[in-house]
Amino acid sequence: MTRKQRRLTIIGGSLAVLAVAAALVLNAMRDSIVFFSTPAMVAEKHIQAGKRFRLGGLVQPGSLVRGDNLAVTFTVADGSATLPVSYKGILPDLFREGQGVVAEGALDPSGVFKADTVLAKHDETYMPKDVADALKKQGHWKDDYGAKPDVNAGAQGASRAAQAPPRAEQGAPPAKQGASQ
Amino acid sequence: MTAESGHYALVLALALALIQSTLPVIGARWRDPTLMNVARSTALAQLLFVAFSFAALVTLHVTSDFSVANVFENSHSLKPLIYKVTGVWGNHEGSMLLWVLILALFGGLVAAFGNNLPLSLRAHVLAVQAWIASAFYLFILITSNPFLRIANPPIEGRDLNPVLQDIGLAVHPPMLYLGYVGFSISFSFAVAALIEGRIDAAWARWVRPWTLMAWIFLTLGIAMGSYWAYYELGWGGWWFWDPVENASLMPWLAGTALLHSAVVMEKRNALKVWTILLSILAFSLSLLGTFLVRSGVLTSVHAFATDPTRGVFILLILCIFIGGSLTLYAWRAPALKQGGLFAPISREGALVLNNLFLTTACATVLIGTLYPLALEVLTGDKISVGAPFFNLTFAPLFVPLMIAVPFGPLLAWKRGDLLGAAQRLTAAGVASLIAVAVLWAWTRGGSAFAPLAIGLAIFVVAGALSDLAERTGLFRVPFATAMQRARGLPRSTWGTVFAHAGVGVALIGIVCETTWNSEYIGTMKPDDVAKVAGYELKLDGLTQRQGPNFREMLAQFTVSLDGKQLSTMAPSKRNFTTRGSSTTEAALLTRGASQLYISLGDATADGGIAVRIYHKPLVLLIWFGPILMAFGGMLSLSDRRLRVGAPKPAKAMRGLQAAE
Repeated sequence: MTRKQRRLTIIGGSLAVLAVAAALVLNAMRDSIVFFSTPAMVAEKHIQAGKRFRLGGLVQPGSLVRGDNLAVTFTVADGSATLPVSYKGILPDLFREGQGVVAEGALDPSGVFKADTVLAKHDETYMPKDVADALKKQGHWKDDYGAKPDVNAGAQGASRAAQAPPRAEQGAPPAKQGASQ
Repeated sequence: MTAESGHYALVLALALALIQSTLPVIGARWRDPTLMNVARSTALAQLLFVAFSFAALVTLHVTSDFSVANVFENSHSLKPLIYKVTGVWGNHEGSMLLWVLILALFGGLVAAFGNNLPLSLRAHVLAVQAWIASAFYLFILITSNPFLRIANPPIEGRDLNPVLQDIGLAVHPPMLYLGYVGFSISFSFAVAALIEGRIDAAWARWVRPWTLMAWIFLTLGIAMGSYWAYYELGWGGWWFWDPVENASLMPWLAGTALLHSAVVMEKRNALKVWTILLSILAFSLSLLGTFLVRSGVLTSVHAFATDPTRGVFILLILCIFIGGSLTLYAWRAPALKQGGLFAPISREGALVLNNLFLTTACATVLIGTLYPLALEVLTGDKISVGAPFFNLTFAPLFVPLMIAVPFGPLLAWKRGDLLGAAQRLTAAGVASLIAVAVLWAWTRGGSAFAPLAIGLAIFVVAGALSDLAERTGLFRVPFATAMQRARGLPRSTWGTVFAHAGVGVALIGIVCETTWNSEYIGTMKPDDVAKVAGYELKLDGLTQRQGPNFREMLAQFTVSLDGKQLSTMAPSKRNFTTRGSSTTEAALLTRGASQLYISLGDATADGGIAVRIYHKPLVLLIWFGPILMAFGGMLSLSDRRLRVGAPKPAKAMRGLQAAE
């Protein structure tokens, strides 16, 4: 083989692999990406039952009901709309009423969001970014969502804590504890 | 005082880095050895000052000086000493200081051990190293100074995020940074070679050990982080395809490719231009990783310091270094001389194939990581790209790579004999087919995927072993002779065997864990028994305990198999009062390479508790594989060839002329 032929073989082989990779990526893009919605967007867009998406918002205070055998239901709100969610399993450590949550799953025919994964993608000081953006867009953002809770670390510590801007730590918070079933 | 002197030392380090970025380059231009040698002393002095600065921050954390904002926000006087130390890099500012410390450490190592490098090359390498360092010193001093004081010092700190108070996190970031930042050396060498317009086999011989070292640390760092996530996050997952994990996987993939192409360059003087490009890409991806983690542009499992100025600053650094080096590459690379010829079927060809698949796999990970970001900027749609995407793209690309792995070492340089290699792999092929058949029969009715994947993994492991048998003549010559030959083999050959076998071992673990994982999730009351994979787990009771800076609820389990009591397990749930947050401490019981895993959920009103129990077959192989790979890397690093170092070019000064 001449130098040229050898080079062509290598270039041809590379292009073939790249073409296969591109096909794989496009195929995966079509099937396996998941969109993010808030309850208001769900109401607007009429997402059909069975289509997977991620639901983000705040857990409505007082809506959490624990049933038998780890079944739970709660309501996710974004200020202008609400959506009931049902889930079976252990909620993440940081799941709280009044705090941000992201759940992945699909609507069932009766309009209840059946979540198979519940993520608390934040630590106690940090709102999930998607949820924060969506709330800001709709004008329901309150600055204190992101603020650190007061710490009982002496009067000065507590007063400083209230002024501190929201920030989070390096590394992983106790996040993504939602169990997939 | 400590904080101020630490801050001051950092400013001095910046000044030294600025000197180191300019004078040696001018020296190389004027061919003035004195100016070029400035690089050596400044690099060593820089290391000294950064080390001092870092030591100052550690002292502040250990002595709980809450007048420093960084200590106040991330420490607590009751925190155990070890976490006071590791808390230094458990936050944004401290971890950036660790980043520059490691960068300075690598620069110092080149300065200290680079005596046999051509003078101008060393000057250029250290200058490029100092450009990177200057950028990051500025970043720390301007946007994330860890030494800032608080006007009215509080009496108690806010404590470190509880999940970070763990021994795994003590080791994981420094390892990962040694890997990330280690690639800066090959980057600096690549840029220096481009500036000089000259590159030869001695260059590759110099770059390879540095790349190998970075790669070993990165491999261990990723494995460590994965194991930490497995036992600390409490739901038994070990890889989430999370953007930050991808950010560490991408440099690893590029670095693995670089490692292999550097071999071709060293042995055959071919693939020069490609090796240079990979060196640039590996470090660029490390920088991208730093950007993704530090800027908060991506939603991720990891929570970030979401300060826009920091993101913009790092984006700027990213653009300057990646853009600049790629421009330099486009401009100078064509001038580099082409190297040796080889047939497509040859060791070189096999390594090209390896590079092709690794870089393509790396590109798919890059697309999956950045696509949501691009889409959000362009259309405003928010999407998440999760595990299914990567399973559909990354996995198919790895299958042909795995099939090719055993062939590589069996092919000759320049022109190989594919049929001959295939013949020598017959035993490995037969072993893997038997494994597939046995597993298929054993898991009747199960999916065909798992037996096939395990067969592939066994092929990789057996292939590595047959390479060894081939080289020692095992089964063909008397055993004693074979042993003697095995001792005589270069350590890098042993390294290859271990590293390749490690890939197969990890794959076996991954497939077994994902396919035959069994779980029990439910509420248990004292004296309830849960059955998982033949094991019986009885909840004996719940107890409360007070830890140094937390309260915990312990659940006592008795584990028995076939009526025989094996052991007890005690998972717990810790409540950290200072931050008002809780963590789940999983209990693990190791049986061979398999593990039983218990983690706790919330207590219910009627005295029960939610539990998750998993049986994870052969799960430990997932991390044992990377350890084997890293061990192989270390063997290869200790090879005499690399230890002795590159021979000095006969006429070093001629190297100053560009090769056009």
